[in-house]
Amino acid sequence: MTTNGYIQLGLYMVVLIALTKPLGAYMARVYEGRPFGLDRVLGPLERLIYRVSGVRADEEMGWQTYAWAMMLFNLAGFVAVYALQRLQGMLPLNPQGFGAVSSDSSFNTAVSFATNTNWQGYAGETTMSYLTQMLGLTVQNFLSAAAGMAVLVALIRGLARRSAQTIGNFWVDLTRSTIYILLPLSLVLAVALVSQGVVQTFGPYAKVSVVQPTTYDEPVTDADGKPALDEKGQPKTKRSVLMEQMLAVGPAASQIAIKQLGTNGGGFFNVNSAHPFENPTPLSNFLELLAILLIPAALCYTFGVMVKDTRQGWAVLAAMTIMFVGLLVVCVVAEQSGNPLLAKIGVDQRASELQAGGNMEGKDVRFGIVNSALWATATTAASNGSVNAMHDSFTPIGGLVPMWMMQLGEVVYGGVGSGLYGMLIFAIVAVFVAGLMVGRTPEYLGKKIEAYEMKMASLVILIPPAVVLVGTAVAVVTAGGKATIFNPGAHGFSEALYAFSSAGNNNGSAFAGLGANTPFYNVALGLAMLFARYWLAIPTLAIAGSLARKKIVPAGAGTLPTHTPLFVALLVGVVILVGALTFIPALALGPIVEYLLMVSST
Amino acid sequence: MLGQIRPAIVSLALFTILTGLAYPLIVTGIAQGLFPSQANGSLMIGNGKVIGSVLIGQPFDDPKYFWGRLSATTPFAYNAAASSGSNLGPTNEALSKTVQSRVDALRAADPGNEAPIPVDLVTASASGLDPHISAAAALYQVRRVARTRGLDKDTIRRLVEQHTEDRQFAILGEPRVNVLNLNLALDALK
Repeated sequence: MTTNGYIQLGLYMVVLIALTKPLGAYMARVYEGRPFGLDRVLGPLERLIYRVSGVRADEEMGWQTYAWAMMLFNLAGFVAVYALQRLQGMLPLNPQGFGAVSSDSSFNTAVSFATNTNWQGYAGETTMSYLTQMLGLTVQNFLSAAAGMAVLVALIRGLARRSAQTIGNFWVDLTRSTIYILLPLSLVLAVALVSQGVVQTFGPYAKVSVVQPTTYDEPVTDADGKPALDEKGQPKTKRSVLMEQMLAVGPAASQIAIKQLGTNGGGFFNVNSAHPFENPTPLSNFLELLAILLIPAALCYTFGVMVKDTRQGWAVLAAMTIMFVGLLVVCVVAEQSGNPLLAKIGVDQRASELQAGGNMEGKDVRFGIVNSALWATATTAASNGSVNAMHDSFTPIGGLVPMWMMQLGEVVYGGVGSGLYGMLIFAIVAVFVAGLMVGRTPEYLGKKIEAYEMKMASLVILIPPAVVLVGTAVAVVTAGGKATIFNPGAHGFSEALYAFSSAGNNNGSAFAGLGANTPFYNVALGLAMLFARYWLAIPTLAIAGSLARKKIVPAGAGTLPTHTPLFVALLVGVVILVGALTFIPALALGPIVEYLLMVSST
Repeated sequence: MLGQIRPAIVSLALFTILTGLAYPLIVTGIAQGLFPSQANGSLMIGNGKVIGSVLIGQPFDDPKYFWGRLSATTPFAYNAAASSGSNLGPTNEALSKTVQSRVDALRAADPGNEAPIPVDLVTASASGLDPHISAAAALYQVRRVARTRGLDKDTIRRLVEQHTEDRQFAILGEPRVNVLNLNLALDALK
């Protein structure tokens, strides 16, 4: 890796960690209802929302009601996004005149955005009207993120309270997350992105003439608009001259800001944040990257404040950061060392002052290797899923890193809310493992961890791998699953494994060669996303409810302190061990075989 | 439990107005007020017509111009209405073939130049719209462009150096050359 590479990665980590405390402290104030400044300005808006929607803000809920409210709210969001896509042809703000999205694609996208996955089965600029992007996708970008934060706050309350029947009010947590945290941050980020060149307009696509007209093979369509075929059954083409370019634009900046901050990841354009109008400069790239991990990292500090021991938050953050930095370095080094098969053809892949070098297939020059690998690692560490490079074209080991990051369960920072609640479940498992070793009843933050909590925690940890592995197995043995695999051999298997790892952990990124906009993948991945979101969120809330009812046990001589380096190492060990034991066989069939083939053919 | 139905539906409606209408409209208002050029696609005007966006690459295959990245968009390269990467895996034979044919095209356009070719010049970008190439990729093409245009190599090299942007704030991203700007400057040399 180059010196500048280390500097860029270091700068990113320093800024990220430096912002953890101020933002985390602010969020703790928001959730604990202490004054924080913005409440004076936006308080009337908050109270208006409660009044109109009939919410009694001072009335708290038990965990069942809390879960029920979240499910109902997500269901309403799902119906709205589905309907918008099906009806967009008849609705306004559709300058390109797009028709209804297919029913299976609409189902997939509606599930995807309601569950904070934001898997992109569709191509934004050729499918979605501005109205659908705004009222459907942008809205769910906010609300699915806020719902994740609400579940986290409920779990933290469960840990912090003693002998309590309630864990908070879902509507209050949702509203406060949205208007005090996500909206202000998005507004600032969106304007900063526009200053760098991210588009924000309601005008139609712009037509420009090109400097050098070039010729290309234009597909010929028959009278019905279907591709015409020649005698050999190949699509017929004719030579055409390209005189002008049509530039897709739209209200992108507002959506991209929340796409990044809410660990959503569904892009405005097909290639997501690789598109120059979605991510035009290295600075916009830095800000978007920062936004991916900003809230998930800061929530660790919020957790510490709310359980009245900030060391607990730092310990969890340390565990996350250790795993992140380790895998990040692997990814950067793999991509920087390039593709030996291209070296044979006389291609120069060495990094120098004049070029980034490395594996540049599927990467843009302004980002080069370091920023592409950093993005790939961050976007899969968090359940963001946006991309600024094509993961499908990564080297085998470079592509293994983002895949395994997702398979670890999206707990290395993870999604806003969902990442930390996933990690706290791992912490419960870690104290349980430690308790087994010394033969004591495990406790976490003074709460005894008993059979009920362990059953729920096991569900949370086992469901995503089951969804991923069963889904991949079905895909590679059925015609519907195999039909749209794009790359041959082991890499094709990786495409299917990646898709289910992504959907089964609510990430949303892809090995995008896989043709996922088919009935098989739309439905299968849609179901995977539903399982992965709610079968995790509901057991998590059950744990919250159960812990809230318990008394706090004073720490004794046999209590394992959960803020020490020992515990950090134990936590990292549990996460890595579960991820490795579950997925190494599958990874061996995909990226690892491909790596061995690649090095042996040179 | 039924009591949660009204908040679910009504608050979704309210949040839709707030985050789906008010928020994008406010951002658009600020964007169009403060950064009108950027908000509308950083378009460049020449001879009274729009000649491109500084952020979006254009296809070049004439030897007298600098060539950009390969673009995997369909049906033609640099289709800015349908962005796409190639998604070819590292061991896919199709990738080696595409790279080989680009290497052949570059060598055919510049006989006698046997220097190793900078990797970004023979690989497809992520977006299919990458407006940049590395400084190495631009310098590699200086000889061809100079000969085709009958100009001095040093003149062209100086032009490339003038159009090489450093990392942002000397730290972020990678040094790069905007191909469209460079080619427009070439045409302006005369």
